[in-house]
Amino acid sequence: MLAYILRRLLYAIPILIGVNLLTFALFFVVNTPDDMARLQLGAKHVTPEAIDRWKIEHGYDKPLMLNAGASGTAQFTDTIFFQHSAAMFVFDFGKGDDGRNIGNEIRNRMGPSLAIALPVFVIGLLVNITFALLMVFFRSTYLDLWGVVLCVVLMSISGLFYIIAGQYFIAKLWNLLPISGFAEGIEGLRFILLPVLVSVVAGIGSGARWYRTIFLEEIGKDYVRTARAKGLSELRVLFRHVLKNGMIPILTGAVVVLPLLFMGSLITESFFGIPGLGSYTIDAIQAQDFAVVRAMVFLGSFLYIVGLILTDISYSLADPRVRLQ
Amino acid sequence: MSTVWADFDFVLLWTDALIFALLAGVLGLAFFIRRREHLRAPWRAVAQRPMAMGSALVLSVFVVIGLLDSLHYRERLPDSPADAPHYSVDVLSVFDALVGNLRTQHEKTYSEPLAMQLYAKEFVQRDGATVREYPRLEFGGAHLQHADARQPDIARRSLIGAAQGLAISMLLFGLVAIWRAREGRVALGEWLGAWWEGQLAGPGRTLVLIAALLLMLGGVLANLASVYHVFGTDKVGQDVLYISLKSIRTGLVIGTLTTLVTLPLAIGLGIAAGYFRGWIDDVIQYIYTVLNSIPGVLLIAAAVLIVQVYIESNAELFDTAAARADIRLLALCLILGVTSWTGLARLLRGESLKLRTLDYVDAARAFGVSHTRIISRHIFPNLFHLVLIAIVLDFSGLVLAEAVLSYVGVGVDPSMYSWGNMINGSRLELAREPVVWWQLGAAFTFMFTLVLAANLFADGVRDAFDPRLGGRR
Repeated sequence: MLAYILRRLLYAIPILIGVNLLTFALFFVVNTPDDMARLQLGAKHVTPEAIDRWKIEHGYDKPLMLNAGASGTAQFTDTIFFQHSAAMFVFDFGKGDDGRNIGNEIRNRMGPSLAIALPVFVIGLLVNITFALLMVFFRSTYLDLWGVVLCVVLMSISGLFYIIAGQYFIAKLWNLLPISGFAEGIEGLRFILLPVLVSVVAGIGSGARWYRTIFLEEIGKDYVRTARAKGLSELRVLFRHVLKNGMIPILTGAVVVLPLLFMGSLITESFFGIPGLGSYTIDAIQAQDFAVVRAMVFLGSFLYIVGLILTDISYSLADPRVRLQ
Repeated sequence: MSTVWADFDFVLLWTDALIFALLAGVLGLAFFIRRREHLRAPWRAVAQRPMAMGSALVLSVFVVIGLLDSLHYRERLPDSPADAPHYSVDVLSVFDALVGNLRTQHEKTYSEPLAMQLYAKEFVQRDGATVREYPRLEFGGAHLQHADARQPDIARRSLIGAAQGLAISMLLFGLVAIWRAREGRVALGEWLGAWWEGQLAGPGRTLVLIAALLLMLGGVLANLASVYHVFGTDKVGQDVLYISLKSIRTGLVIGTLTTLVTLPLAIGLGIAAGYFRGWIDDVIQYIYTVLNSIPGVLLIAAAVLIVQVYIESNAELFDTAAARADIRLLALCLILGVTSWTGLARLLRGESLKLRTLDYVDAARAFGVSHTRIISRHIFPNLFHLVLIAIVLDFSGLVLAEAVLSYVGVGVDPSMYSWGNMINGSRLELAREPVVWWQLGAAFTFMFTLVLAANLFADGVRDAFDPRLGGRR
């Protein structure tokens, strides 16, 4: 087991290097620091001096990969690649355009992101499984048919609609909850309720439908017939047998996204004014703050790879048939 | 990219060219399938499903509007000489020409759906005194003398429109009935009876009902839109119905052209990885794990920022604003395609891994058939249903993604008509008093209709093509 995890971790390294090279290529080669400076400064203020000043301020005034002017190892370390891309491997993200340390920002903003993403994840999972089980229980009746149609309808509604409608009706018209904002601790609860509610509702359509398919696949299997043959009630069959076996694909699907919960949700956070990583990212994209976007790309890929490894491990824990080697 | 013809300068935008290439491809494929029974069978199964056919009908309405909106031209400026013509900078489309004054009838600012007055009071001069009242609209309801006449007029026009739509649909249905009855050599009454009982092949009643409803809706809209702003007007007074209809093309382009990028990558790399295995498999798996591990929105954002820089530093390459917006749209499709091929590639790799061990592939290899031939004759045809299902399933996701991306600021050009831009531009107006809801409402309604139809159609296609599902829904 330990050897397997180690090997998976080693396998993650080339992938992170690939991500790093790709982002480096996107941000510095295709799009040179001069272009970035021009975009940032705006058309009016573009002079060669202003560009140079901007590049020095942001530390982009060095050669890309190889510094011929320096000597020794400085030939490689005194470059944009080493200082801005390779440094991310030790989670040194440098500074954003606002001068703040990106690493600090990430640490401060993870909490609020998790405060939304974790409840959404847990409640969403429970709600979706409940709906899916209900549909499976009433399978091949009109209830099931219309349940599926309802799921498709819910899926077809834009996620933005759920947020806007939720904010308008619940917060503005009926004054039940605050429109947006965030607070630490227990009084922050009222700020969290609406985004969590909206996100869970928005996810029901695709989630419940997906889980229903998984359960239906299980219900056609022989062990279910055996369970029924020995006289178990349908409810018992569903909860003791189908649910348990169906949980294997559901859990493994869920584990992948578990680490990514730290990143928060771009849209939800920015609509509800949550000071998390999602709104940080969206602000950076809109302000064209390349350093932050780059850092978030690296962080996201890192967390995704952690998720992949966790998935493999959880597979072997949940399903004894899977052997890791 | 344009040819001159009399008073018009035909403009072929990049996305137009690709759309028509895609259309030609689809038609060619349809012709190919028509002549092969084993390929036709699942499509016939799709045609048996009322829900799938009904949504296909709705989709085709969207497609026709999108296609009409893809034939672009520029008008000759009236005072320029015929031998050395100058053309307007506005790129219009056949659709614009068809809807006529919907495009040009601008009000001053917001007005409610079907209103004849602006939404807010203004100071107006009347009989020498300044009064504060709701000013009349310049075009919406301009034919009415008095505000009391508005509701009866709307009701009358809606009724007439619905009746016209109903009449046209009855006429069309009558013609079809006569034709089918003749073809089947039965009496018309007999055929109608059988149709009503649902004994005929194909989803008869539902389809006719949906067609009739669509035609009636079209009739009502056409009757009302000629004298009112059916969905109101936006901040600068433009007709919201017109904007929503123009946005159809953007949605369709993103939903379809993206697959043009996805398919070669997914099919080529997915099959290559599964079929050849070994180091090819390792390399391809590595590529898609790297791409997959970057959060989608961020990769798109990074790429779009780069395209933006490119367009801004090479502004002289694009002669009109439409061409510039079009390149950005194309780039967005390209980027979405590059970020979204991994799922399908993984699926195809898994299936090819299974297929390559089958006996008939072994036999082909033993006979010395080349790899390309084995892949094209034995592997790919057996994967085709997966590709098709993926295309239709992805479509709705892409249409929805456009709205989100526009909100993030990395979607289509802000000057382009799109539902995402409509939502983005008007979501803060809900805080106004009185509430300006019609823009959001129209954008969400159109988007919902298209995506729902696409999803229901995709379900039908998947049920018919996926052999694993069998008869089970």
